[in-house]
Amino acid sequence: MKLLTHNMLTSKIIKGVQQGYPLGITATKVDVKEVDFNPDFVSRMIPKLDWPALCKAAEDVGHSAELPKEVVPEYETNEEFLKKAHHVLLQVEVIEGNLVCPESGRKFPVNNGIPNMLLNEDEV
Amino acid sequence: MAHSSHGRPERSAPPEIFYSEQEARKYTSNSRMIEIQSHLSERAIELLRLPDDQPCFILDIGCGSGLSGECLTDQGHYWVGIDISQPMLDVAVEREIECDLILGDMGFGMPFKAGTFDGAISISALQWLCNADKKFHNPPKRLYQFFSTLYASLSRGARAIFQLYPENSAQLELITHQAMKAGFTGGLVIDFPNSTKAKKIFLCLFAGGASQQLPKGLGTETTIERKNQISFTEKRERVKQIRGSKNPKGSKNWILEKKERRRRQGKEVRADTKYTGRKRKPVF
Repeated sequence: MKLLTHNMLTSKIIKGVQQGYPLGITATKVDVKEVDFNPDFVSRMIPKLDWPALCKAAEDVGHSAELPKEVVPEYETNEEFLKKAHHVLLQVEVIEGNLVCPESGRKFPVNNGIPNMLLNEDEV
Repeated sequence: MAHSSHGRPERSAPPEIFYSEQEARKYTSNSRMIEIQSHLSERAIELLRLPDDQPCFILDIGCGSGLSGECLTDQGHYWVGIDISQPMLDVAVEREIECDLILGDMGFGMPFKAGTFDGAISISALQWLCNADKKFHNPPKRLYQFFSTLYASLSRGARAIFQLYPENSAQLELITHQAMKAGFTGGLVIDFPNSTKAKKIFLCLFAGGASQQLPKGLGTETTIERKNQISFTEKRERVKQIRGSKNPKGSKNWILEKKERRRRQGKEVRADTKYTGRKRKPVF
């Protein structure tokens, strides 16, 4: 699971959970994969992102060293910034671990890079 | 998920069981299934009408082994897939698709932040949601939960295109009713309505924004032309019926009529020329 997807995931589908965001990450295996750099896409996604949540996620998986703490002004033309964001968003992947709901503490296991968001009968 | 030749798969078992490892394999080895899937996906993406010049972020619901997502990747878009079948997702990982996958049930809702996606596609997955596979399942409620959470996760004015195989009109009504209740506008687009085989149904939903016009289905243009002339042809037909004669088989009119019929069914037909149905010279 890429951190871009993590930034979009919530656990509010659980009954009684209001926000369910951001999900905590406890990763046991993290991989870095090569993905082509697409500055258009990255700069289009930045307004949609929750930047503090991304910083926290990057810290949880141990790839926060490069990432600026805040979005720089005029990021569209700042290639260095976009490349750093691209690396964290699309190249760092959580392969094994858990996602943790911040409200209920419910754990969603991640196996083979796929988060399991299935619920039990009493959580619907 | 295309149809196997054995009728309706959703009648045989719940999706997480039907799409077993063996069934999942078919989606990588069976070239016919792959062809149907990519054909449907391409049409669905066309109906999404995404802007050409910018890469979009798309949700693929019931992504399976990622065949439909591959078409999105080819067009330079990024996507996230969600499916209930672990074996299908494992096949997708094996095929090294370029985007992210989530194991989830449509009926539990879409677990995404508001305004995330620029569009959503779903190929042959929605009809599964009309089944109550577990004791606590309630299809109308599950549909509503699905549509309302999907509506929230789409950006304003985004489209969601569902290709589906509805079992009957009641099922179709159940689906569209719940979609409208969740706030969507839009309706059905039917390609090749006159053909039983080539007929494809797309549910085309718009999430808010400025009012959009529903795109036209393929293979419907000629029928509309016909409608304009119907008062005339009807009269002719009646006269013909009184005389009790159809175009004799093999005649020029019979050939033209047959070609027109096949054109309406969306089949490949040669254009009408001055040679169509013309007698050949006698040959010794």
